[in-house]
Amino acid sequence: MLDYDFMRTAFAAAGIVAVVSGAVGYFLVLRGQTFAGHALAHVGFTGATGAILVGVSPLWGLVLLTVLGGAGMGLLGARLAERDVAIGVVLAVSLGFGLLFLHFFTAYATQATALLFGNVLGVDMPTLWTLLGLGVVCLAALGVISRPLLFATLQPELAEARGVSLRLISVLFLCVVALAVAECAQIVGVLLVFTLMVAPAAAAQKLTTSLGRGVALAIVLAVAEAWAGVALAYWTDWPTSFWITSLGGIFYLAASLAGARSRR
Amino acid sequence: MTAIRLDGVTLALGGRIVLDTVDLRIGEREFVGVLGPNGAGKTTLMRAILGLLAPASGTISVLGAPAARGNPAIGYMPQSRAALAARLTGRDFVAAAVDGHRWGLPRLGAAGRAGVDRALGLVGATALAARPLGELSGGERQRLLLAQALLGSPRLLLLDEPLMSLDPHRQRDVVELVRQLQRELALTVLFSAHELNPLLPALDRVLYLGGGHAAIGTVAEIITGPVLSRLYGSDIEVIHLEGRIFVMSAGCEIERDEHRHDHA
Ligand SMILES: Nc1ncnc2c1ncn2[C@@H]1O[C@H](COP(=O)(O)OP(=O)(O)O)[C@@H](O)[C@H]1O
Ligand SMILES: [Mg+2]
Repeated sequence: MLDYDFMRTAFAAAGIVAVVSGAVGYFLVLRGQTFAGHALAHVGFTGATGAILVGVSPLWGLVLLTVLGGAGMGLLGARLAERDVAIGVVLAVSLGFGLLFLHFFTAYATQATALLFGNVLGVDMPTLWTLLGLGVVCLAALGVISRPLLFATLQPELAEARGVSLRLISVLFLCVVALAVAECAQIVGVLLVFTLMVAPAAAAQKLTTSLGRGVALAIVLAVAEAWAGVALAYWTDWPTSFWITSLGGIFYLAASLAGARSRR
Repeated sequence: MTAIRLDGVTLALGGRIVLDTVDLRIGEREFVGVLGPNGAGKTTLMRAILGLLAPASGTISVLGAPAARGNPAIGYMPQSRAALAARLTGRDFVAAAVDGHRWGLPRLGAAGRAGVDRALGLVGATALAARPLGELSGGERQRLLLAQALLGSPRLLLLDEPLMSLDPHRQRDVVELVRQLQRELALTVLFSAHELNPLLPALDRVLYLGGGHAAIGTVAEIITGPVLSRLYGSDIEVIHLEGRIFVMSAGCEIERDEHRHDHA
């Protein structure tokens, strides 16, 4: 299967995105902001469809709107970012606009499916390089903010007293999440970013109580999920996103069972 | 030298005056119990001392310098909330506060690790710290929070309601531990609480807040009908019984009722 160029590209793209998703997802789960991540993906859908409409690459539309959305959520305050109803409304409106933009665009169905459910087998070389570049930026930014981010997540009042700006950290982190979401949407689509961003991280947190090992495990699980998904799709000819989401569910379930047993 | 000095300080939150023109001197190495009904401004006062809330008028100085954010001489234990990171070990939780305001990866150097070891040792939580937060009892978690507040060898400790939701036995342990640390390390301690009685064995003086006013002095000076009646703005009776003190309003014990209300 690795004889084919498109398969090699698919594995590379899935690997890059999984590393980013696993690492960023760990902090997203730790902060209890997974729904915000989900909403950013939907905002990204508007961006991607809008970009198609004006003739720009959908990836850049996705990146632009998710980052704007992330910064906006961070500025509006941590409390709003956790308010389910507000996020849910933004999420629905975004999908609605995306639908409208697609309506004006002729090659409706395939584009819509690719954006909503991902199309890792369709990643070309320029897109792969873009994914790599964005991934490096995303991980580097996460590395720079990770210490105050962790402090602000675990002990916000104390962090504030020590001089950490909670709002700045929140904005920067949501921008990092936005980049990760945009990457992730290329592989599994905007509707399914949960599977790479949340499932591996949540499974990792059930399996280990150490922070460093948790991040590493989240990355390993995400990569395993993504690569196994691509391989299974190749052998079965079923959609990659189906396999990736199924594996995500299985990993999470297995980790829950294992975690519950080890605690007994 | 005075550890904390307030001159004509008015603290306001969202346009509401919480403390009105308060003057206050707290000496070094004093153990001061901060008491007062719910909403009296105990947390607000601590946040102002930390430099997180600028006074509407007046000046606050801490250990001879104006109150400012990021003062390393202050250790702070915020009023506890439900622990978010229940799956993380106590040690990782405590360590998140080491240099947590600096950018970069959350990696501890040798000095950081030694600091965490020392703080955990001081509160007798070295063995506890290996376990995930979610599996610890309330009293055990308070000890970890105390260890976190002791990082970096502060001279002033602000402890916000460390006795909240602990049973009387554990309350006594926490008070004893803080008293012992205060003497060993020559600390100034502000210890806020709902109830006076658990603090009685440790207190040097009490700071009683109520109705925007503050009164500071020994228990004999402050916990009296006339002083508390002024702070509460209603008729208060103080009853001494078998070494315990009961603050009564219209035949009901005030602190006890508030405690119940808090958990309802
Ligand atoms: N962000 C806020 N805006 C306006 N009022 C607030 C805010 N936070 C707290 N308050 C009010 O300030 C008063 C003091 O609160 P607080 O310092 O938390 O009291 P305590 O810690 O003694 O229970 C309370 O009446 C509370 O309702
Ligand atoms: Mg309070």
